[in-house]
Amino acid sequence: MLIYVARRLALALVTCAAISLLTFIIIRLPPGDFVDAYIANLAVGGSSVSAEQADAMRREYGLDKPVAVQYALWMGRVIVGDFGVSMMWKRPVTEVIGDRLWLTMAVSISALFLTWTIALPIGIYSAARQYSIGDYVATTLGFIGLAVPNFLLALILMYLGFRYLGLSVGGLFSPDMAQAPWSWAKFRDLMVHLPLPASVLALAGTAQLIRIMRANLLDELRKPYVVTARAKGIGETRVLVKYPVRAALNPFVSSSAYLFPYLVSGSIIVSLVLGLPTVGPLLLQALVAQDMFLAGTIVLLLGILTVIGTLLSDLLLMWVEPRIRLQGRA
Amino acid sequence: MSIATSSEERFAQASQLQLTWWRFCRHRLAVISLAVVAFFYLVVIFADFLAIADPHAVDARRSFIPPQGFALFDSGAWSPHVSGLKGVRDPRTFKLTYTPDPARKLPVKFFVRGYSYNLFGVIPTDRHLFGIEGGQPVDGVFLLGTDQLGRDLFSRLIVATRISLSIGLAGVTLSLMLGILLGGISGLYGGAIDTLIQRLIEVVRSIPTIPLWMGLAAALPNTWSVTQVYFAITLIISLVSWTELARVVRGRFLALREEDFVIAAELAGASQMRIILRHMLPSFASHVIAAVSLALPVMIVSETSLSFLGLGLRPPAISWGILLQDAQNVQVLAGAPWLLCAAVPVIIVILAFNFLGDGLRDAADPYG
Amino acid sequence: MVEAARRVLSVRDLVVDFVQDTGTIRALDGVSLDLHAGRVLGVVGESGCGKSLTARAVLRLVDRPGRIVSGKVLLDPGAPAQQELTALDPEGEAIRAVRGGRIGLIFQEPMSALSMHYTVGNQIIEAIRAHSGLGKSAARQRAIELLQEVGIPRPETRIDAYPFQLSGGLRQRVGIALALAADPEILIADEPTTALDVTTQAQILALLRRLQRTKGMALMLITHDMGVIAQMADDVAVMYLGKVVEFAPVQQLFAAPRHPYTRALLRSVPNIRAVPRERLATIGGAVPHPESRPTGCAFHPRCPEIIAGRCALEMPPPLPPDQEGASCFHVMPKMMVDA
Repeated sequence: MLIYVARRLALALVTCAAISLLTFIIIRLPPGDFVDAYIANLAVGGSSVSAEQADAMRREYGLDKPVAVQYALWMGRVIVGDFGVSMMWKRPVTEVIGDRLWLTMAVSISALFLTWTIALPIGIYSAARQYSIGDYVATTLGFIGLAVPNFLLALILMYLGFRYLGLSVGGLFSPDMAQAPWSWAKFRDLMVHLPLPASVLALAGTAQLIRIMRANLLDELRKPYVVTARAKGIGETRVLVKYPVRAALNPFVSSSAYLFPYLVSGSIIVSLVLGLPTVGPLLLQALVAQDMFLAGTIVLLLGILTVIGTLLSDLLLMWVEPRIRLQGRA
Repeated sequence: MSIATSSEERFAQASQLQLTWWRFCRHRLAVISLAVVAFFYLVVIFADFLAIADPHAVDARRSFIPPQGFALFDSGAWSPHVSGLKGVRDPRTFKLTYTPDPARKLPVKFFVRGYSYNLFGVIPTDRHLFGIEGGQPVDGVFLLGTDQLGRDLFSRLIVATRISLSIGLAGVTLSLMLGILLGGISGLYGGAIDTLIQRLIEVVRSIPTIPLWMGLAAALPNTWSVTQVYFAITLIISLVSWTELARVVRGRFLALREEDFVIAAELAGASQMRIILRHMLPSFASHVIAAVSLALPVMIVSETSLSFLGLGLRPPAISWGILLQDAQNVQVLAGAPWLLCAAVPVIIVILAFNFLGDGLRDAADPYG
Repeated sequence: MVEAARRVLSVRDLVVDFVQDTGTIRALDGVSLDLHAGRVLGVVGESGCGKSLTARAVLRLVDRPGRIVSGKVLLDPGAPAQQELTALDPEGEAIRAVRGGRIGLIFQEPMSALSMHYTVGNQIIEAIRAHSGLGKSAARQRAIELLQEVGIPRPETRIDAYPFQLSGGLRQRVGIALALAADPEILIADEPTTALDVTTQAQILALLRRLQRTKGMALMLITHDMGVIAQMADDVAVMYLGKVVEFAPVQQLFAAPRHPYTRALLRSVPNIRAVPRERLATIGGAVPHPESRPTGCAFHPRCPEIIAGRCALEMPPPLPPDQEGASCFHVMPKMMVDA
């Protein structure tokens, strides 16, 4: 068991390192360096920077050193929580991001739980009553969920809400709450607004998980241990829930591990359509303005939080599966 | 009895791909999906021929014309026609707005002359499947209405299909090459290389893709041409999407390595290249085709999402994502809901590829 | 002899169909059997002849698209408390009391017949508590006794093991303990030793034999192995393509097999005294798919003793239950005389 946990932890660390490297590449990709961009940005504002000042800045940020050293310096700063300054906002990146990162996670995690709570019972029902009307309805809905990209769904909902209800369905807060400091009332306001974006985000994943649950449960239902359980004389529901459902939980949970990065991804684009105060719109603005420290930090933090989320689902898998718990292998 | 024997013989002599094809034909939904996909690729090939108006032609006078059906009959007689446009001056703003004028009937004809293009990229022509001849410059057949700049949405949608579907194919080809290369190495050599590649796949899969794509796509220089951006986007999309294909290829390699016929070929002294090409490839081709048809919709959605965000292809390129970008604003959408029509082919194509992929997968692997 | 023991279970003319898109397949075609307290009935036949399906049909465990079309399964036939299992709701209380409680079932693959997600103890205790009012700790105590009884060393610790932590032999012993959990009078063992190596096989068979004798249970032993039959059975039913084609006490069956199929089965048993290097006798052809059941006697395409113009056209009359004989035109005249 310890080996399994250690392997997962090591893999998570490697992934974080890979993400940091990719982030660094993204930050460095635009032509010219940060100082050029900064100077250009200042020039727009009317002020100018002398060549000496520019060189001083380059030295300060280590831009005169080889790329590998620059990466190390940047990593060193990132680890202590210094993500640099946003050019666009002229404030530290962490300040600009603020609550948005947590709101992104709140949306993604609610979508994950929503996905589970919907997909699990429907998947079980669909398999246990294969070819029933309910099964066909679930399968059809599943296919639609699979085929409508979540940003399109958000777009269509926005349009319908605007056209027929005359209201804007976007946002995570009521207008009067958006700028208010955190309070119990603001939290409740968030809880009221969360279900819609979470459902939009959850649809595709739910469709996928229903299919996975249904297919796996159908496989498990054919296995001899189910007959063993029924031959003991226990009730059908108990047989179903205790044995095959339990076995089908394993692939269900392990596909959820890959679902989380997917949901975080989706939250970016859905946020843009629904106007959610997550990091999504901020990332787009930063990228368009080539505010690379802000953009890079968002990509990095999203990546790392996703890795942590994936790690947690892996540990959940271990808890569900005695074979991994006891023998350290899947 | 003799019929049974001949059908048994037919099965005994069929190749792996033939057997897969027969099994595939039993999935009705998958066969229909195949037809749908084929139809869409026909549209890709004949895009300019099917388009009515030049998809780039801007005309401020016909901004936001709602979709116009064409009437097939004129007072009982067969005569397909559309209404012409007439300019009406708003009494308060004095702005000239154009609206359909039922009094002016323009006949719809087949194989009319329109804007010039190169059929299949080589044959210069100006013939189009249908359209109107004559009329004023502002007139046209607006089956799906027009956008803000007065471009015909139907023609744009048809031409967009070309880019959206071909970028999917190009991306899948790249992914497939990466997937076969890395998955093949992984499955063929095993050991440390396998472990390394497997970990790499896990790492790639646990990175949220959209922020990463956005970061990479945003870094493409503004000065690049449409074609350069097209290839760069293809590359970016396929860099992340090869993992599933690699997984499938590796799995098949591992399974096949143990098969008797591969061992027999090895014992017979066949070279490794020959074993892979002659013996292994045919028996997993069907799996790979299935995986490809499941990967294609992912590619198409990726391109659509990126272009929708304004980070993918850029105008004047036309793709489904770019068309949907115009529909991003709710106020605009409320006034011109027909802008959402680009969502329809996206959904149909994704569904068709998914059904097709499912059918192919079942056909390739009836036991798994 | 056969008449001496009390009949505990009767299967009469059981017919099971599988309805599929391609047509209906008759998997059991009028099976009749009797089980007697304290006796072992061996059911033998090649794979696909309906042995396992008979076992499942008795407990009403035939899954869709399979369906019992006609015939009866009677528990305690003739007794005042006689129960017609085929008339019960397959998901109801009554059949559940019979499953495990009156009839225990032992499976072929101990690996796949046990869930990998629960401990051995959990799965046995569940079976005990389904049929008794025992509390948790009492049921656990009973489970430990059961494990002891089936010869599992250190049962107090093994009870908390997961099936994948046990060897194949131990797993099958757990399977037997599971079947015995509620003290059933009838035990159905479906190829209990097929998945095991030879030494373990012998141990498991000895265990089954001992348990069956000491508890006076009726045992229905399903196998394709004539050696197992010789060692274990009191009476033997030979099945072919969903039918019982021969029934006889074990000595008679081996000494004077009546049905050509039985003779062929016996010939194909490897014999240590056989001439070295001589090819092992096999039965020509394969069991036909029930979908393309031959006309007349189902065995005629493979039968070395086929009567031209008769076997391919007419169906030999079915065998009356519990009577020595074979369903074959070669032996029918004799039976007519007997009757």
